[in-house]
Amino acid sequence: MERILEQAKKVVEAAEVFMVSTEQTPVKFENNRLKHILSKQSQTVALRIIKKGKIGYSATNDLDDVTMLVNSAVETAEFGTAAKFEFPAASNYPQVDVYDPAIESVSMEQMLKLGEEMIDIIRGHTPDIACEGGLTKSTTTIKILNSTGGCAEYRKSAFSMRLEGTVIQDTDMLFVGEDESSCHPLTDTKTITSSVIRQLEWAKEQAEAPDKALPVIFTPNGVASALVSPLVSAFNGKNVYEGSSPVGDKLGKAVFDTKFCLRDDASIPFCPGSRPFDDEGVATRCTTLIENGMPAAFYYDLQTAALANTQSTGNGERNGGRLPSPSASVFVIKPGNTSFNEMLADIKEGLVIEYVMGAEQGNVLGGDFAGNVLLGYKIENGKITGRVKNTMVSGNIYQVLKDIAAIGSDSKWIGGSFSTPSLYIPVLSISSKK
Amino acid sequence: MSQIENIAEEASKIIKKYDADYIEAHFEESTSSHISYRGKKLDSIDSSRSIGGNIRAKVKGGWGFTSFNNLKDLSSRIEQAISQAKFISQGDIELTTAEPIVDKVILDEDKNPFKIPLSEKKELASEYNDIIWQTPGLQTSVVSYGDSVKKSIFINSIGSFISQERADITIYLMAVATNGKEVQQSSLSMGSRGDFGRIKTLHPQVKEMADKAVALLAAPQAKGGEYTVVLDPVLAGVFVHEAFGHLSEADFVYENENLRRLMTLGKEFGTEELNIVDGAAVPGLRGSFKYDDEGTPATKTYLIREGKLTGRLHSRETAAKMGERATGNARSISYRFPPIVRMTNTYIEPGATTFEEMIADIKEGIYAKNWYGGTTSMEMFTFSAGEAYMIRNGKIAELIRPVMLTGNVFETLKNIDAIGNDLDMNEGGGCGKGGQSPLPVSNGSPHIRIRHCLVGGA
Repeated sequence: MERILEQAKKVVEAAEVFMVSTEQTPVKFENNRLKHILSKQSQTVALRIIKKGKIGYSATNDLDDVTMLVNSAVETAEFGTAAKFEFPAASNYPQVDVYDPAIESVSMEQMLKLGEEMIDIIRGHTPDIACEGGLTKSTTTIKILNSTGGCAEYRKSAFSMRLEGTVIQDTDMLFVGEDESSCHPLTDTKTITSSVIRQLEWAKEQAEAPDKALPVIFTPNGVASALVSPLVSAFNGKNVYEGSSPVGDKLGKAVFDTKFCLRDDASIPFCPGSRPFDDEGVATRCTTLIENGMPAAFYYDLQTAALANTQSTGNGERNGGRLPSPSASVFVIKPGNTSFNEMLADIKEGLVIEYVMGAEQGNVLGGDFAGNVLLGYKIENGKITGRVKNTMVSGNIYQVLKDIAAIGSDSKWIGGSFSTPSLYIPVLSISSKK
Repeated sequence: MSQIENIAEEASKIIKKYDADYIEAHFEESTSSHISYRGKKLDSIDSSRSIGGNIRAKVKGGWGFTSFNNLKDLSSRIEQAISQAKFISQGDIELTTAEPIVDKVILDEDKNPFKIPLSEKKELASEYNDIIWQTPGLQTSVVSYGDSVKKSIFINSIGSFISQERADITIYLMAVATNGKEVQQSSLSMGSRGDFGRIKTLHPQVKEMADKAVALLAAPQAKGGEYTVVLDPVLAGVFVHEAFGHLSEADFVYENENLRRLMTLGKEFGTEELNIVDGAAVPGLRGSFKYDDEGTPATKTYLIREGKLTGRLHSRETAAKMGERATGNARSISYRFPPIVRMTNTYIEPGATTFEEMIADIKEGIYAKNWYGGTTSMEMFTFSAGEAYMIRNGKIAELIRPVMLTGNVFETLKNIDAIGNDLDMNEGGGCGKGGQSPLPVSNGSPHIRIRHCLVGGA
């Protein structure tokens, strides 16, 4: 890395070298049995330069080819965007624990055993289910070095488990599933198996699907599948700067229900989405995005923050190995104090929505969501009566999250970078096939 | 690009010596560049290079797989893949028999996007962005151009050595309009198998897209419910990909008795007019190639012929298990992943109905065009239109907000009651499956009419 920086410094005003190395071991089960064991090694190095005030960028995983890397970064800089920022100098980063050395000693046998146990428990409940699943352990090292003196490094461990089950009767298919991840090795299958068994129990009967506007409860998985993407897009500093975010000019104004609070926080210990600094070497911080229903801040990387006359919030990420851009790190919706059962008890007729398929395919920027309720249950007189099918929900988050009847006390992690409770929405449009 | 050639030569010499039923290796070199505009300004321009390889080994019941970009010490990678495969030691995997193939597919120089100077690509992106901004009332825009050239070498323990080069170009454009209260967007995506000329003449479509974003602000939303819908070739292509194509991928059915019964060849899926095809042997499209990532030559497969299920998409493993022939559909997005069963170019063959005839007897329906996206659970699918109009009394009426359509594949294919005579292929899409996305594919169809389609709305 030093070599790349030295070589780049000879021809440009400022430079930054970013390196990510990953070792990953996924174990995959198909149709109830172990099928693949994989191991993946990768290392990528990216060079960002500022030459004549313009940004150039190139990435490679061929570490022997420094000259080519420098040349192609210089080539792109000829056409590049004007740099509005400076690479951050050395700084003191907060202590954020994201590495557990115990990950190294997790054996293939242990992973295999956990996978088999998961599948056995689910098949013990529903014998004719076909399970697919996987366990993955990985370690990642991130290093960053720049010509302003910035130099930092951290290591992260991650362990994840996933189970998806399909029950087929004639042409009817039921899909259930759950996953869990942590920086610690996971040793217990209970979180996953109890959730999948609950889904199977609630979906045992088929209930008549309603075709009108009704109250709904989005479970944490339901919130993740339908409502998060519009929020991620609305609070992205780039969309705000370009004027395409519906909340861009609404700081401090009542946009959402007063109970609704959201923060971006990559400092939570041992959360797979956490980190001491972002992909530009900016220290992690907790950013409150929505306070009591009012937009309070947006998230930025260095360049966008400079354009918008503000500070980076430590949200620069290199998605797909590209130039950094603002990305949500860890989104946390603040839990309320209503239990899931209290919400249920309050509803005479409505739906529990566990998974919406295709919700992100519409006008996400405008806040729209619509999709097939792939997993959802009918509520009648405060009780779940069975699963609904051929049902679609649609709405817009600026209406739906404006009036929330209750926020659950049942916060849950989804995919290691999002935490949310259940949300009880008093009315949502539901269409069903007659 | 020759670094991997030597490594592949060396690997092919040693690969037969190991104690495994079957071993294959991929080596890959690729270069890509990317240019994007956001708003009126250039947002980013970058380039990247990638080199790497993988080893996949089969020992009785299991697959071991290692991927790496450090190409030194191949023998320890091979040993690692074998020991992983041995560890599994349950069940058994069979592969269809294959002949060793030695071949070399070279990129046509006129299909190499890296022969086009970066400045010309930037110029085109800038030109399209200028067209977008001729439309008054816009808030922002996105123009995103990407291209890549990839050389991959496949070798296996029965003596195959296949070197293939391919290029891919994609362009995505979006216009965003706001009126202070609401935000609407309209987008366009196109691609080609390395032919820059194919994306150079989009000016009229770009203008139309930008105008649409503004017009949508004033458009009403459809009321949710069941409608007769007419899909344009682009959206019908997404429909056939999502609703039926994924169901035809044999890795989904081959080990599941219930599904095998459900997908018995000969089963009736639609009217006699319905013919659905997938094939990489259809030349010149984004999903075209000569050999798949298991070295199987590309084919053209009828999935549905005259309404009946006649074929499905296979890897060597799924085909062997089902006693059918490998169709050349084992693909991976890069050396970081093992090949899995994927589509290539998927389309509905043209029928006889004109567009006018198709809408003539619809009293109230929806004409849905273009696409935002689509997804499937196999039984249920959703896909969303980028643009939609009401059909009233046999005529295209007012523009409405984009709609999302959903349905059950087994019912919906039977509800297709008219197939147009105007097949068109859409090359703007990428497909995602099993964490591998986006894979270059194309899909297409003529206009089609579907009765009783569920549309989401207010």
